[in-house]
Amino acid sequence: MSLAFAPPANRTRLLRQFLRSPSAVIGGAVILLILVLAVFAPIMAPYDPIVQNTAIRLAAPDAAHWLGTDAFGRDILSRLIYGTRPTLLLVLFVVVLMAPIGIAVGVLAGYFGGMTERVLMRLTDIVMSFPRLLLAFAFVAILGPGLINGALALALTSWPAYARQARVETTALRRSDYLAASEMVGIGRLRLLFGHVLPLVMPSAIIRLALDLGGIILAAAGLGFLGLGVRPPTAEWGSMVAEGTQVIFDQWWVAAAPGFAILITSLGFNLLADGLRDILDPRHD
Amino acid sequence: MPIRSITTGWKSNLGQAIPSQPDDQNSRQPRGWRDLPYLWTLVRWLWSFAITLLGLSIITFAMTRLSPIDPALQLVGDHASQSTYAQARETLGLDEPLPVQFVNYLRTALSGNLGQSISTGQPVARDIARTFPATLELATVAIVLGSVFGLSLGIIGAMRPGSVLDGVVRLVSLVGYSVPIFWLGLLMLLLFYAKLHWAPGPGRLDVVFQYTVPSVTGFALVDTWLSGKVGAFRSALSHLALPALVLAFYAMAGISRLTRASILAELGQEYVLTARAKGAGLVRVVFKHVLPNVTGTLLTVIALSYASLLEGAVLTETVFAWPGIGRYLTTAMFAGDMPAILGGTLVVGACFVALNAFTDFAVNRLESAQR
Repeated sequence: MSLAFAPPANRTRLLRQFLRSPSAVIGGAVILLILVLAVFAPIMAPYDPIVQNTAIRLAAPDAAHWLGTDAFGRDILSRLIYGTRPTLLLVLFVVVLMAPIGIAVGVLAGYFGGMTERVLMRLTDIVMSFPRLLLAFAFVAILGPGLINGALALALTSWPAYARQARVETTALRRSDYLAASEMVGIGRLRLLFGHVLPLVMPSAIIRLALDLGGIILAAAGLGFLGLGVRPPTAEWGSMVAEGTQVIFDQWWVAAAPGFAILITSLGFNLLADGLRDILDPRHD
Repeated sequence: MPIRSITTGWKSNLGQAIPSQPDDQNSRQPRGWRDLPYLWTLVRWLWSFAITLLGLSIITFAMTRLSPIDPALQLVGDHASQSTYAQARETLGLDEPLPVQFVNYLRTALSGNLGQSISTGQPVARDIARTFPATLELATVAIVLGSVFGLSLGIIGAMRPGSVLDGVVRLVSLVGYSVPIFWLGLLMLLLFYAKLHWAPGPGRLDVVFQYTVPSVTGFALVDTWLSGKVGAFRSALSHLALPALVLAFYAMAGISRLTRASILAELGQEYVLTARAKGAGLVRVVFKHVLPNVTGTLLTVIALSYASLLEGAVLTETVFAWPGIGRYLTTAMFAGDMPAILGGTLVVGACFVALNAFTDFAVNRLESAQR
């Protein structure tokens, strides 16, 4: 993602650094695998994820059903594969909503300063000390479960971290000679903001985003677990764990498999983020 | 950076900086230059705390208005006449303009009236007073355990960066903040309760002890201890162990990661090099010089984890059938019990905000005292 912002000569160097970082490579591979699974779910999944077959309900893992079947006789492996879709979709929604809000608030506050800055940062501080998860749960509980509401709830409470970071960087840029020079040359304010400030604020926002993704996956799974996520019968990992809870002492694999999928995905994002940060932000430890 | 200022522990400084009786701050003249910044921080802290609480209440209020559930209709039922419905709207104050409604909402909430729960039929404030101690007990035990383990692991990892031990510490904390906590809780129940029979099942007390112990504080450990029944206390302790350990693991992951990172960053500073060059051992440098300097950061991360344990209770309490506020809220969500959801959110949210604000204040004082 971040490679797009580097000048061409740097790209090969960044790529080499990326390949040398074990956590970035492992994390990247896991995420790539999950992306592939999500895109090609109909081809990869051995069974239909929502067709019920009560004759084989709660079957133990065997050659036909590698991970067994759930209480409705649905193949768990197929449901896991299809479950990548709502998970990634929700993450995408959150990212698309959250990062632009945060970056816009931060850049505007840092660029204009004065009263604008004070009001915007006050707002940021207020939202920052809200209980994120709890508000998201309450929000979804009241507006009704679903992917969009869940993403909206998480995004509306998570943007302040981006705003703070973007403001600090923009303030530093505002004082730089090169920005003063481009202003003097006569570059308009909008172009200055989008063309000169924004690209320089992006890399650290991307690192931050990567670091947050694991947590967003967990929050999304939590919503699903509480029954506030995607509506059944759509396969979703969090709600699959909740379904498995009913039979946890006898058919433990029903809950174990989707939880493991959540763990791996979140782990993948966290590993990738750690690696990316080491490469793009060498000052950090 | 002079070494002397660093070697002075923060505790001794803190004692000087905070007057023993902050109440007479207003009545007497500021004596030294230290008193004024203190007062100023306090005022600013109270101000930002109040503003944040106001923001939180605006959000919970907005949620009541966004909700598709009409409280007046809920009160009178579907078959009520138009005039009864209008009357109900009037009693509930729903015909007033929104700002007036908000002020009314704020006024009743401040007086401790959070409305009537629809599912339990009790005042929400009383329900919360009943369930919140259970959550607080669990989160407190978990944060103590999590901090002890997290700090030790973080320090160990930072002292030998790159070693096998460090690798293990990093891996454990990576798994800790990647694992879905409700799932980990389930697996622990499966292993230690169902398979190994080491831990008791869900709940707070064994059935035999239920209703035999008078509820004094609401904290099961304290109440059973006060009652003098050894068996009941042991039962409370064993019921607490598993959920507390699961939560502690989660808290430990974040704490150890930040401890390690902040100590490592500090070890690269010049004053550490100077101290080392003068012959101080690594252990001495870390405990005498580095730790006092990162105390603010560590306090902040511990407070943040504590706050997230309080709000994360919604997930863990469901798994362990822990009768705390999290489970109360989840039950309310499924019953469409708006007063309970919003009252609970407001109370837990206020605790969360208060904890954050207090930490900010404490860290601020700590750092100015260090300077």
